[in-house]
Amino acid sequence: MADLTTTFLGITSPNPFWLASAPPTDKEVNVRRAFEAGWGGVVWKTLGEEGPPVVNVNGPRYGAIYGGDRRLLGLNNIELITDRPLEQNLEEITRVKKDYPDRAIIVSLMVPCEEAAWKAILPKVEATGADGIELNFGCPHGMAERGMGAAVGQVPEYIEMVTRWCKENYSKPVIVKLTPNITDIRLPAEAAMRGGADAVSLINTINSVISVDLDTMAPEPTIDGKGSHGGYCGPAVKPIALNMVAEIARSPVTAGLPISGIGGVTTWRDAAEFMALGCGNVQVCTAAMTYGFKVVEEMISGLSQWMDEKGHTSIDDFVGMAVPNVRDWQHLNLNYIAKAVIDEDACIQCGRCYAVCEDTSHQAIAMSEDRVFTVKDEECVACNLCVSVCPVEDCISMVAMTPGEVDPRTGDVVEKEYANWTTHPNNPGNTCASG
Amino acid sequence: MSNSQMTSGIVSGRVPQATLDENFSDLHPGLAAHEAAVAADRCYFCYDAPCQTACPTTIDIPLFIRQIATGTPEAAARTIFNQNILGGMCARVCPTETLCEEVCVREVAEGKPVEIGRLQRYATDRLMETGAHPFARAATTGKRVAVVGAGPAGLSCAHRLAMLGHDVVLFEREAKAGGLNEFGIAAYKSTGGFSGREVDWLLEIGGITVETGKSLGGDLSLDALGSEYDAVFLAIGMGGVNALRAAGEDKDNVVDAVSFIKELRQSDDLSALPIGREVVVIGGGMTAVDAAVQSKLLGAQNVTMVYRRGKGRMAASEFEIELATAKGVRIIYNAQPVAVHGNGAVAEIEFEYTVEDGNTLSGTGEMFRLPADQVFKAIGQRLMDAPESVAVAGGKITVSETGRTSVAGVWAGGDCASGGDDLTVTAVAEGRDAAMDIHAALTA
Ligand SMILES: Cc1cc2nc3c(=O)[nH]c(=O)nc-3n(C[C@H](O)[C@H](O)[C@H](O)COP(=O)(O)OP(=O)(O)OC[C@H]3O[C@@H](n4cnc5c(N)ncnc54)[C@H](O)[C@@H]3O)c2cc1C
Ligand SMILES: Cc1cc2nc3c(=O)[nH]c(=O)nc-3n(C[C@H](O)[C@H](O)[C@H](O)COP(=O)(O)O)c2cc1C
Ligand code: SF4
Ligand code: SF4
Ligand code: SF4
Repeated sequence: MADLTTTFLGITSPNPFWLASAPPTDKEVNVRRAFEAGWGGVVWKTLGEEGPPVVNVNGPRYGAIYGGDRRLLGLNNIELITDRPLEQNLEEITRVKKDYPDRAIIVSLMVPCEEAAWKAILPKVEATGADGIELNFGCPHGMAERGMGAAVGQVPEYIEMVTRWCKENYSKPVIVKLTPNITDIRLPAEAAMRGGADAVSLINTINSVISVDLDTMAPEPTIDGKGSHGGYCGPAVKPIALNMVAEIARSPVTAGLPISGIGGVTTWRDAAEFMALGCGNVQVCTAAMTYGFKVVEEMISGLSQWMDEKGHTSIDDFVGMAVPNVRDWQHLNLNYIAKAVIDEDACIQCGRCYAVCEDTSHQAIAMSEDRVFTVKDEECVACNLCVSVCPVEDCISMVAMTPGEVDPRTGDVVEKEYANWTTHPNNPGNTCASG
Repeated sequence: MSNSQMTSGIVSGRVPQATLDENFSDLHPGLAAHEAAVAADRCYFCYDAPCQTACPTTIDIPLFIRQIATGTPEAAARTIFNQNILGGMCARVCPTETLCEEVCVREVAEGKPVEIGRLQRYATDRLMETGAHPFARAATTGKRVAVVGAGPAGLSCAHRLAMLGHDVVLFEREAKAGGLNEFGIAAYKSTGGFSGREVDWLLEIGGITVETGKSLGGDLSLDALGSEYDAVFLAIGMGGVNALRAAGEDKDNVVDAVSFIKELRQSDDLSALPIGREVVVIGGGMTAVDAAVQSKLLGAQNVTMVYRRGKGRMAASEFEIELATAKGVRIIYNAQPVAVHGNGAVAEIEFEYTVEDGNTLSGTGEMFRLPADQVFKAIGQRLMDAPESVAVAGGKITVSETGRTSVAGVWAGGDCASGGDDLTVTAVAEGRDAAMDIHAALTA
């Protein structure tokens, strides 16, 4: 069985699965249960400055969207940082770290954007023996209105400044957690780097209104007839998170900056995908909040089975392997030509591919009287829509044409050489001088 | 009450009331909301869906299932009723395993079809329990149509005609409307007086006058109807029963299965309904299965169904045969009745084994006897009371695609007419289509 031991920023944990800063890590009792269940580490629920803690709403905090059979696909919350006293949290962290020296404990922090506030809290955190800190610049609701969280995370200069204060006043690794509620994720990542961050973690939750109650005409979750935007997470946000991770991993400015991947990690496969895009580990919140701590067992067994199958003996073997294959669109090979091919034996004749290609794509699928579906190569642009909607896995595949063959759609010979948009004759900004 | 399954003769109260209640409860109970959501989610929303093609009334199945999935079962019900006003009954009695569900792509692929019938029931129940009738009548046309027979074909035709603005008089021989929905369908398929409620609900469209206790050939003649009304639709089903042609057939307790079922369906206290300890049912169709299963459910100790040909030729579907055997009915294939023995009443029935050679069936000469307190004959119904003027071929009134008979101004549909299987849903389709043709003829 592959060794899942992970060393991230010099912090070793038995596996790359950490619980993200959130309700699962809010209290000693939860964290102990999590470690007993097998989680490699936790990022403790975000702590605020000393004094009376924040208060949460006393009505519903969560809302969800579902797939068939009420499978939870996306979760939204209007919760704040910890609502328990700072001292109590620090004591618990100290105790748990002592009892679980082999697990990672990172303390998430969010205090006002003043150096004094950080200088006050950091020595206390240092004293707990925790392995590092994570700066919560991401919380999209409640805290931003108080000049913290996303309010800082959306201004790169603040990120740089706060990160620098932390590096100056704390000896262990500093992770900067990024908010996705921004247009270009590379800018806050670069700012964190300039401030001396040891790593970035992303994504925090996405601004969202999960649903509207059509009887009361109020957004959900509804508190006394009113609702507020919240933070969106869970399986539905994974594609957004993967893109943001990839942007940072492949940017020449931030390349090599360690990343802790967060956002919709629900299975071992999700974790492997984040790691392939450059994450040294992953953090999980919604999957635990949906199924309980036991899900980590599947993540562990699945990742090690896959690593064995691929011959990876350690995590580092595959971290970042997919990064070189993420490119800008204009660098994709326009001479690569594929065609959809339907496996008639696997086809169950539902006709969905036909309906969508005919109605919304390229009229490239023929349907016979007795419901045999075939691709018309002379029309197929290989858009992959049919593959996306076919209910049978692997029933339709995209088969690449061999150079030298004639594409029946264009009548052109398939070229062997790579050629992209930058050199394409239709591109007005064509870099090859023509004529 | 001291009777049990072992009590000799024909007696009532063989099983306790609680067991009877359970035995005659819904064969396919309705789905709860979440079950319906899960079942609906399995539908692929097929293009030109095979299930829809297989439905004799061509209900837009993918659409109604999607309407359930999106939380609007009432809209789903309207989709169903647009095509099939008896969609509620059909959801309960259609042999879906040989219709829509047989060709569902998920049946073909996985052997587990989308549960179309139960989803249809879910949608139609939701709308019907609101008490509202989903359609409004068009402005009256002043045309009058006589519909004879208030079974599924007659009801469907009458409803469509009324909706289109025609005035309909629905003549029915029995004291109640519903046809075999009321008198024939197995009790565990249509529970809680559903047939009667459905008829009342259907009639809310308005414009339909029901005249019960009126029969064609008795009080009514086709000639008279023809001259009084702008059109006539015949939907008289098949009131006759085929004879056994076995010696001693006239002995006591040898009865038609349909009469037994009718009595059972009209009984309001099944614990008072007598049933034999030894019951023999002769036949291999839906009626035979229903008679045999219901005998067993009433508490008969031994129920044997005897069919003269092999299993492959049986009209009952695989599902029904399994249902019968699961309830404890024994099925003997390839045996035909030759004589009924007994002193006044039947005591034994004698059979001869048969061999099939293509279509010809011959006795092997080997005989056997089964003890029998009761014998139910379920060897097919036949057309009765068809007016002499209309052409009949092969035991059915000859009709065109749209139900026109050989007599101008007279249409026919359902079991009494040629074409289609003898099923509730087919009768509904034929009634509806004839109504559309009558409408076209009357408004041309
Ligand atoms: C025991 C049994 C079980 C069945 N089970 C099923 C099942 O589970 N699923 C299924 O799909 N199909 C089933 N069928 C078949 C189904 O019931 C029929 O196909 C369907 O009822 C035909 O409808 P119809 O309107 O043509 O005839 P019917 O339902 O027979 O209606 C005919 C109506 O006309 C009336 N009538 C007859 N003669 C006259 C007259 N001279 N004057 C006035 N009125 C007259 C009758 O009283 C009756 O009300 C079953 C049939 C039987 C006998
Ligand atoms: C109820 C709730 C509370 C959260 N609180 C915090 C928090 O205090 N600090 C923080 O950094 N992130 C917080 N998050 C964000 C998560 O740590 C995580 O970044 C996000 O949920 C995406 O991961 P997921 O898709 O695995 O849930 C919270 C998320 C949820 C659902
Ligand atoms: S790949 Fe696109 S164009 Fe080709 S058959 Fe499929 S849907 Fe049609
Ligand atoms: S979508 Fe897939 S299963 Fe359905 S008809 Fe097309 S190829 Fe066949
Ligand atoms: S065939 Fe089955 S999956 Fe397809 S539309 Fe009909 S019920 Fe749905």
